[in-house]
Amino acid sequence: MHRILQIFKKEFKSYFISPVAYIVISIFLLVTGWFFFSSFFLYNQASLRGFFSLLPFTFSFVIPAVTMRLISEELNVGSYETLLTLPVLTLDVVLGKFFAAVGFVAVMLVPTLFYSVSISFLGDLDWGPVVGGTLGALLMGAAFSAVGIFASSLTRNQIIAYIVGLAICFALTLIDKMLFFLPSRALAFFQYMGADAHFQNFAKGVLDSRDILYFLSVCFIALYGTSLTLQERD
Amino acid sequence: MIHVENLTKYYHQFCAVDQISFDVPKGEILGLLGPNGAGKTTTMRMMTGFLAPSSGEILIKNLSITENPLEVKKIMGYLPESAPLYHDMLVFDYLHYVADIRELQPSVKPGRIRDLADLCALNDVMHKTIGELSKGYKQRVGLAHAMMSDPEILVLDEPTSGLDPNQIIEIREIIKKIGKEKTIFLSTHILTEAEATCDRIIIIHKGRIAADDRTEKLIQTAGNKSVINLCVQGATFEEVNTLITGIPGISRTEKGEEGGQTLKLKAFCDVAEDLRPAIYEKIKATPWLLLEFVRETRSLETIFRDLTKEN
Repeated sequence: MHRILQIFKKEFKSYFISPVAYIVISIFLLVTGWFFFSSFFLYNQASLRGFFSLLPFTFSFVIPAVTMRLISEELNVGSYETLLTLPVLTLDVVLGKFFAAVGFVAVMLVPTLFYSVSISFLGDLDWGPVVGGTLGALLMGAAFSAVGIFASSLTRNQIIAYIVGLAICFALTLIDKMLFFLPSRALAFFQYMGADAHFQNFAKGVLDSRDILYFLSVCFIALYGTSLTLQERD
Repeated sequence: MIHVENLTKYYHQFCAVDQISFDVPKGEILGLLGPNGAGKTTTMRMMTGFLAPSSGEILIKNLSITENPLEVKKIMGYLPESAPLYHDMLVFDYLHYVADIRELQPSVKPGRIRDLADLCALNDVMHKTIGELSKGYKQRVGLAHAMMSDPEILVLDEPTSGLDPNQIIEIREIIKKIGKEKTIFLSTHILTEAEATCDRIIIIHKGRIAADDRTEKLIQTAGNKSVINLCVQGATFEEVNTLITGIPGISRTEKGEEGGQTLKLKAFCDVAEDLRPAIYEKIKATPWLLLEFVRETRSLETIFRDLTKEN
């Protein structure tokens, strides 16, 4: 626990030392803000549905940018060797970096609270979906961070890490909209695989254990894959 | 302290380290010598738990690195080759980070960092990011990183590479100073450095141990073989050859350049004893003039070259 905490602290701090964090947060807020508010007044409804319906797509683009450097940079510079010969285990490194990425996603979501606060002045906002959606956004952010870290552990090139992470997150978001092309026997499986449907349940204010379990299992599989990839790197 | 047995490492088909075994007792400075690609770094990476060996065993204080990685890493400090560190961190922050991971008590942490900054002469660069440091300073930060928890074993991979001569001497002084109490395992391809700092030297070549002995002994065995250079006037090579090879201990002679009346030749000796008096006595009895008469003892360099020569 102590070791995970130290790595978390270092990684979380180094996000905010470099300008990357501020650029990513600004772009995230610009994109979500623009798409959300450009059509907000047309619907004439005081809800965050427009924001949440687009969130899986924006996250697919933004989160791999947050996670791409976490491991591939260490592999590229060689500092991974320095880190791993300190008294830490591979799992400590993976978890520390994962929690740092989740922490960053949480920080990125904080300014979006202004959306709900400002909307609540305009009309009668139902806070249930807002709270559910924010919780879902955190869980989805965690799952996508885990995927991004996995992509980052595959290569020492950050651009490749970004594109691989983006591809996997995008596929997870889109797969339940592509069911048309898939064999009928596998439909139920692929429908369950889709991240978007699970997230939209949260955004409706429904907390279903299946949805929570889905995001947690994505985290688990991706982080386990990362730790295997790193251990087999000889 | 360190016990390595039949350590082997394959990278796919390529055998980087081939069944090497050695022991390092407490308080010894051991130098690992070898040409590029001999397997020095691979051996060190396995000893520090960064790479898993293909087969063989490494015991550090009777603990296996594969079974107790955390305990072993706690008693070991490692400086990887060319000190790869986080480029965007301040030296100060980095040292604190290492101290925290190594679980230094908050009461001793600032003192320890100050001591290390003094020892490695880092005080002028504490506020700089590691990325903007020169290679020598980076190496020193790496050294401070390795020594943070005052580990019983220090593993240093080419600690002086890329440093200027003054810095090399400084780092050697540091190594010698800490080597009085600690066990140090260092690799280098600078022979004079090994000669100057190490108690014992292991030469590896193509993943195998080619020599393993105390530094003085290794140099002594090298010194057993010497070459005597002669320059004689008024003689032919054949005459000198028959005269000198008659002396016990001279294995062979080699003809050097011949110009006018002078003849240069080399006599190779196999014994530790200086054969110059014997040769001089022989030549004194002839009408030849002896113009040059020099004995070269062979250094660590020649032994290294002999052991690691291709073919």
